[in-house]
Amino acid sequence: MPNFHSLSSISAALKSGATSSKELTQYFLGRISRLNAKLNAYITVCEEAALAQAEQADAQYRQNQAGILTGIPMAHKDIFCTQDVLTTCGSKMLENFVAPYSATVVQKLNSAGMVMLGKTNMDEFAMGSSNESSYFGPVHNPWQLDKVPGGSSGGSAAAVAARLCPAATGTDTGGSIRQPAAFCGITGLKPTYGRVSRYGMVAFASSLDQGGAMTTTAEDAALLLSAMAGFDPLDSTSADPSRKDVQQSDAWLAQVAAEGYRGENRTFSIGLPRQYYTDTIGQAALADMQAVLEKAGHRFVDVDLPHTDAAVSTYYVIAGAEASTNLSRYDGIRFGHRCENPLDLEDLYNRSRSEGFGAEVKRRILTGTYALSVGYYDAYYVKAQKIRRLIADDFSRVFEEVDVLLTPITPGPAFGLEELTADPVAMYNQDKFTVPVSLAGLPAISIPCGQTNGLPLGAQIIGPAFAEQDIVDLAHQFQQLTDWHQQTCQWVED
Amino acid sequence: MQWEPVIGLELHVQLATSSKIFSGASTAFGAAPNEQACAVDLGLPGVLPVLNENAVKMAVKFGLAIGAQINLHSIFDRKNYFYPDLPKGYQISQFETPIVGAGSITLEQEDGNNLRIGITRAHLEEDAGKSIHDLFPNQTGIDLNRTGTPLLEIVSEPDLRSAKQAADYFRQMHNLVRYLKICDGNLAQGSMRCDANVSVRPSGSTTLGERTEIKNINSFRFVERAIRFEIDRHIDILEGGGTVERETRQYDPDRDETRVMRGKEMSEDYRYFPDPDLLPLQISQTFVDAVAAELPELPEARRHRYEEALGLTAYDARWLSNDPDVAEFFEAVLNICNNAKQSANWIMGALSGYLNKADLGIDQSPVSPEQVGTLIARLDDGTLSSKTAKTLFDHLCSQGGEVDEAIEVLGLKQLNDTGELSGIIDQILADNPDQVAQLKAGKEKVLGFFVGQVMKQTQGKANPKQVNELIREKI
Amino acid sequence: MSNKSSINVPHLARLARLSLSAEEISAATEDLQQIVDMIDQMQSVDTNGIEPMAHPLDSTQRLRQDIVTEQVNPDNFQKHAPATEDHFYLVPRVVE
Repeated sequence: MPNFHSLSSISAALKSGATSSKELTQYFLGRISRLNAKLNAYITVCEEAALAQAEQADAQYRQNQAGILTGIPMAHKDIFCTQDVLTTCGSKMLENFVAPYSATVVQKLNSAGMVMLGKTNMDEFAMGSSNESSYFGPVHNPWQLDKVPGGSSGGSAAAVAARLCPAATGTDTGGSIRQPAAFCGITGLKPTYGRVSRYGMVAFASSLDQGGAMTTTAEDAALLLSAMAGFDPLDSTSADPSRKDVQQSDAWLAQVAAEGYRGENRTFSIGLPRQYYTDTIGQAALADMQAVLEKAGHRFVDVDLPHTDAAVSTYYVIAGAEASTNLSRYDGIRFGHRCENPLDLEDLYNRSRSEGFGAEVKRRILTGTYALSVGYYDAYYVKAQKIRRLIADDFSRVFEEVDVLLTPITPGPAFGLEELTADPVAMYNQDKFTVPVSLAGLPAISIPCGQTNGLPLGAQIIGPAFAEQDIVDLAHQFQQLTDWHQQTCQWVED
Repeated sequence: MQWEPVIGLELHVQLATSSKIFSGASTAFGAAPNEQACAVDLGLPGVLPVLNENAVKMAVKFGLAIGAQINLHSIFDRKNYFYPDLPKGYQISQFETPIVGAGSITLEQEDGNNLRIGITRAHLEEDAGKSIHDLFPNQTGIDLNRTGTPLLEIVSEPDLRSAKQAADYFRQMHNLVRYLKICDGNLAQGSMRCDANVSVRPSGSTTLGERTEIKNINSFRFVERAIRFEIDRHIDILEGGGTVERETRQYDPDRDETRVMRGKEMSEDYRYFPDPDLLPLQISQTFVDAVAAELPELPEARRHRYEEALGLTAYDARWLSNDPDVAEFFEAVLNICNNAKQSANWIMGALSGYLNKADLGIDQSPVSPEQVGTLIARLDDGTLSSKTAKTLFDHLCSQGGEVDEAIEVLGLKQLNDTGELSGIIDQILADNPDQVAQLKAGKEKVLGFFVGQVMKQTQGKANPKQVNELIREKI
Repeated sequence: MSNKSSINVPHLARLARLSLSAEEISAATEDLQQIVDMIDQMQSVDTNGIEPMAHPLDSTQRLRQDIVTEQVNPDNFQKHAPATEDHFYLVPRVVE
C-alpha cells in the first residue's frame, strides 16, 4: 500500500484505477484501529457508513461520474453536525447528541463524494489551545506523545499528521485551525469569515467562528476549501456573493473544484509586522523561510500593526461574551445532558449545566457573563468592539502597502501536556499571533517552516479578505521549494 | 388629595406572516404540540437565524401608519434569560436601535377631546413558546410551536391618564393593526398581548411616581379592570403613608386583582448585546416607499370621507370606520345599494342588534354584505316596505338564502296593484261608515286608522303611500 | 478598572445557571481576577471616537422570503430529548 499523503495524489490514484475508494477507506480505518488508542484523535469512527460511502464512490468512478474529491476519505471535527452520527463537541453535555441534520459543510463534502471516516476530538466547545479540555480526554501530539497537539482542532491536526486521514475539517475562532496545524506540522487554512457556512457548526463565538481545512499541503487545502466554501442561504453571515472580492474568490474556488489546484508563480510583496517578531522560538526558522522566498523573487517590507498587543484581551472579551450566550441553549430540556431527578426548574438548569460543562467552558461563560453585565458592558464589551475595529483598520492600512503578511504562529513549538493547564492566562497568551486575524475576519494559512527539538514549527501567511488564493499560492510556492510539509513523525510508517 | 394616574402600555403584536421571523416553520395557530417547531426554533446546536422580509415590511407599515421615524439602520440584540419556553436562553429582540422610532396616534374620545398619545418606539422580536402547567402531574409541558412567531412590540409614552383611556388605546391599536393587515387581532389566541406600566402622582405634580408593571393582559376589559385595580392599590398605599414597590405583577381575572410575580430584587440582568448571528438590518428608502404605496386608507381618513363624501353624521362615520371589518362590510353593502344612510342604518341597527344578541363579530355575520345591500335596494325600489324588509332580514339571519328568492317565497312583495288594493279599501270603507264620516268632516287623524287597517289586511305588503292616495281619491 | 470585590462569582454563576461549590467559587474568583487583569490591558488603548465593530464583515442583513419551508415531525427532534410526553418537552412543574 502506498503511503498516501495528499489529496491530489490520492485523487490521481483513484482516477487511474490504481486503488479504489474502498481499499483506501479500509487502509485508513486500519490505521485508525491500530493507532488511535495512542493519539485519541477520534471520538467516533464510522466504519460501516464510511465503507458504504466508499462503495458508492467506486460506483461513481465506474460510471465516470467522479469528481476530484470523490472517494477520498476524510474526517470531520466533532463540532460539525452529522445526521445520524454523534456530534459531541468534545463535551459531556453532548455526549449522546445525534443531530437530525448535517452541517452545510458536511453536506457539501458528502456531495463532493468524500468518505467520512469519523469525528475528531477537540477542546470542549472549541475552547482551548491544547485539546486538554475535551471531555473525551486529551489528544496526544504524534510527534511526541507527551506534548499537546494544540487546539481546539487538535484531533483533526493529530489525525492528519499521523495519517489517520489525509485531510480533515477544523474550525478556527482564535487560532483553532492554525495553531494545532503548526504544532502537528501540517497545513491549516482558516478562510475569511463568511467564506464557509457556519450552519450546523456548533457555535462558540459567532462573529469569529470559521470552518476550514487541515491537510498536508497548501494545494490540498485549496482542494478541500473548494468543496466546503460558498454562499449558504441558511447563514445570515455567509459572504454576500454580489461583492466583487467574493465573486473573484468564488471564481477561483470554482476553477479549483473543476480542474484541481494550479499554483501561480506570482511574486508578492510580503509584510513583516514588527509586533509579531519579538521573542519567539521560531524566529530562526522564519528567517530561513524569508531567505527562501526572497530568493524566489518575493519582496519583504517591515510593517506596523500597532494594536496587536491588545488583541488577546479583546478577543477573550468578545469570544467570552458571545460564547456565554451561545451556550445558554444547553439547558437539559430539548437535547443534551440532563441531571438526574431535578428537584425543580432551577435545579434542572444548575445541575445539568454544571455537570455537562467542563472547567474551561465554565470559566469562559463566567468571563463572558461578567463582560456583558450591567455596569461592565461599556468598559469591556463595547471597548473590545472598538479595539476590534482598530485592529481591523491596522490590517486594512497595511494591505494597501503589501499583498500578504508573514508572521510566526505560536510563541514556540508544542508544549507539554498539563504544562499550562493551571494558568489560564498563560494559555490564552499562546493565541497572541492568531487572534488578531480572527478579530479582523481575515484568511490565514499555517504551514510548517522548520523544527526545533524534533517538533515542528509553523509560519502564518495572512491575506486581505477573500484573498485565499494569494496565501495559498505563496504557501504552495514555499512547499515547492522546501520539504518541511513532507516531514512526518517517526511512527507514521507503523 | 387628588391623584393622577400615569399609564404606558407595551403591546405585543403577533405579525401575520406565514413563516416565523427567523425560520421557515409555519406560524399557523393550533398545530399539535411541537409540530411547528423546527431546528432553528428549537435552538439546536449549530442552527442560525435568517430574517423574514415580510416581518420587516409589516413593522415599517406600522411605523408609517403612526407617522413614526423609520430607522433605515437597525440592530437585532440578544436578551439573555433562562426560561423553559425560551429555547436558546435568549430572545432575539431590538434594544438600542429599533426599526420604528417615535410616532403618535390620536386617541378618539367620546367627549370629542381627542388626545395625542406618543409612541416611543416599535421593535421586532421573536415570540417564546408556551408552558402548559396543568397537563402532566408535577411537570410542566413545553410546546415550542409559538417560538419564533414575529412580534412587533409597540411601546407607548406614559401619556394615558385613566384605565378607560388605556383600554381605548388598546382597542384603537387593535383596529389599526387589523386595518394594516399586519395582525389577525385574535385576542383569545394571544395575537395581541398587553403589558401595562402604572403609577400615580398627586394632581399637578410633574414628577413620576414609582411604577409597577402588569404583564400579559389579553383583553380590553381586563386591561381596564387590571389598571383600575392597580391605580386604586397605589392610591391606597400612598394615602396610607406607604411607598409603592417597583415590581412586576399579573392580573387574575377571576378575583379581579393583581398579584406580585417578581419583585425588584429579582429583576434580571438581561445582558443585551448585538446578536452576532445577524448582521445590521439596512433597508432602503425605496423599500420604505414601496411599503408606503401599499398602505390602506386609515380610519381617520375614512371617517372624513364618510362624513364629507357620503354625508353621514359624525357619529355614524366614526361608528362605521373604527373597526376595519365593519368598514369593509359597510363599503360592500354600499357598493350594492348605493345608499349610504340606509346602509349605515341597517348595519348599526338591525345587524348590530342581531350580532350583539348572538355574540358574534361582524366577520361571523350570518348575513352577507351582498344580502344586506340587495335588501336595501329592494326597499329603495319599492319592492319591500320597511316592515317586510325587517321580516326578510330576520328570515335571512335565521334561514339564509338569496334575497329576491326569499321575497318571492315569503310573498313579501308590496301590493302595487291598484285593482286589488282598491277592492280591499272599498271593503274597509264600507265596513267603517262612522270613520268615513269623521274623515269627511276633516278629521285627518282617521286616515291613519284606515291605512293601518289596510296594512293589516295585506299583511304589510301594501305600499302606505299608495294606500293614502287611494283613500283620498275615494272619499 | 476592576477590583477583586467587583467580581461577584456567585452572582455571575446564578445569571449563567451554574452551580459552583465553595471551592469552585474561590478558584473561579482567582481565575477570573487574573483574566480580568489581563483583559484590563484594553483600557490603555485610546478608543475615542471609534465606532464599535460587531462584525468582521462590512455587510448587512439579508432577508428571507416569507415562505414555509419546514415540515416538522417532532419525533425526529425528540428521539434524543431527555424527557418528553405526547410530544411536549417536560420540565419540573414551574410555579407561576
